[in-house]
Amino acid sequence: MTPKESTSVPREIPGTTLFDGRQARKGYALNKMCFSFNDAANREAFRRDEDAYCGRYGLNAEQREAIRRRNVLALIAAGGNVYYLAKFAGIFGLDVQDIGAQQTGLSKDEFKAKLVAAGRP
Amino acid sequence: MARIVGVVTTSHVPAIGRAIARNLQEDAYWKPFFDGFPPVHAWLRDVKPDVAVVLYNDHGLNFFLDKMPTFAIGAAPSYSNADEGWGIPTVPSFGGDLDLSWHLVERLVGADFDVTTCQEMLVDHAFTIPMALLWPGSGAWPVRTVPVCINTVQFPLPSAARCFRLGQEIGRAIESFDRDARVVVIGTGGLSHQLDGTRAGFINREFDLQFMDRLVDDPQWVTRYSIPDLVELTGTQGVELLMWLAARATLGERARKVHANYHIPISNTAAGLMVMEGMAA
Repeated sequence: MTPKESTSVPREIPGTTLFDGRQARKGYALNKMCFSFNDAANREAFRRDEDAYCGRYGLNAEQREAIRRRNVLALIAAGGNVYYLAKFAGIFGLDVQDIGAQQTGLSKDEFKAKLVAAGRP
Repeated sequence: MARIVGVVTTSHVPAIGRAIARNLQEDAYWKPFFDGFPPVHAWLRDVKPDVAVVLYNDHGLNFFLDKMPTFAIGAAPSYSNADEGWGIPTVPSFGGDLDLSWHLVERLVGADFDVTTCQEMLVDHAFTIPMALLWPGSGAWPVRTVPVCINTVQFPLPSAARCFRLGQEIGRAIESFDRDARVVVIGTGGLSHQLDGTRAGFINREFDLQFMDRLVDDPQWVTRYSIPDLVELTGTQGVELLMWLAARATLGERARKVHANYHIPISNTAAGLMVMEGMAA
């Protein structure tokens, strides 16, 4: 049998990154740091000294820059998973509508209006 | 013998927890969602379950990427909620049912579902919010619980067909449990929504309504879709319909719809609710 070419080409879904093995490998340190934010003491430690906290988890330059910019799309590109990133956003009191607005370039009110519009038959 | 009294499937959006804590049930934004629940409360009073088997997905409270089981079952005397990082108030602990937990573990592994057993397990909003919706104001929960967690964080996820078969086995396992337990199976999550990426805010009303419709009479309809298909059709988090599917599968072939509600939006999500009962084949 002739070996087939690898078929593990990721499926392209517009505006969507599946959190597959590639992303999980790339984002492990970032996601591990964000997972630590379940604990209030860790959120406080991050607030006190962001750079030191990122250093402790071994974030790479791309991840540190995305954290500095609070940029969700850049955090996803750097391997972040939205469930852990939501804990990072929580430090700043941001909810999933805030991060939805940020990622889509809308104001929060515009983003909410878009959701309401999706409910109309 | 134990008996499944029915299935409840509901969304589990964290914002619901905040709304409950702030008593916003009558608020204009929330009312169309919370108004779906009084018929569920009446049904629960009628069927009187004493155990809830809760099929849900952890979002990074109990499990992290260091160890990510595809299917995990709680086998603990009790299950606590904890801080998830963004401040929804925690709720009282839930009592477990160790005998049913281990019976499920035995039966599922016996049927080639290699589940991870958890003698300690934190339960996140995907478990606690449906419980708070079904039994509001409960200081002490009126049912014992068995959590069943399905991975929807780390791809590859188990296929819809696999989750359907898991549900079938859980149903058979419950029905073969040698105790007089009245079991409600709860499936949580969905329906269509996407939190991440430039497609954030994606909702698919038409698909959701078709899914809810088919779930009653032809639940395997959705198994024709691959996981990436489902992400495309329902959003990255819309794949949580897997828990609805597994819960429905516990009822066997024939089921009837007792109640349903569907409302867009709650936070970023199309919120769905269904109650179903099994019917003799």
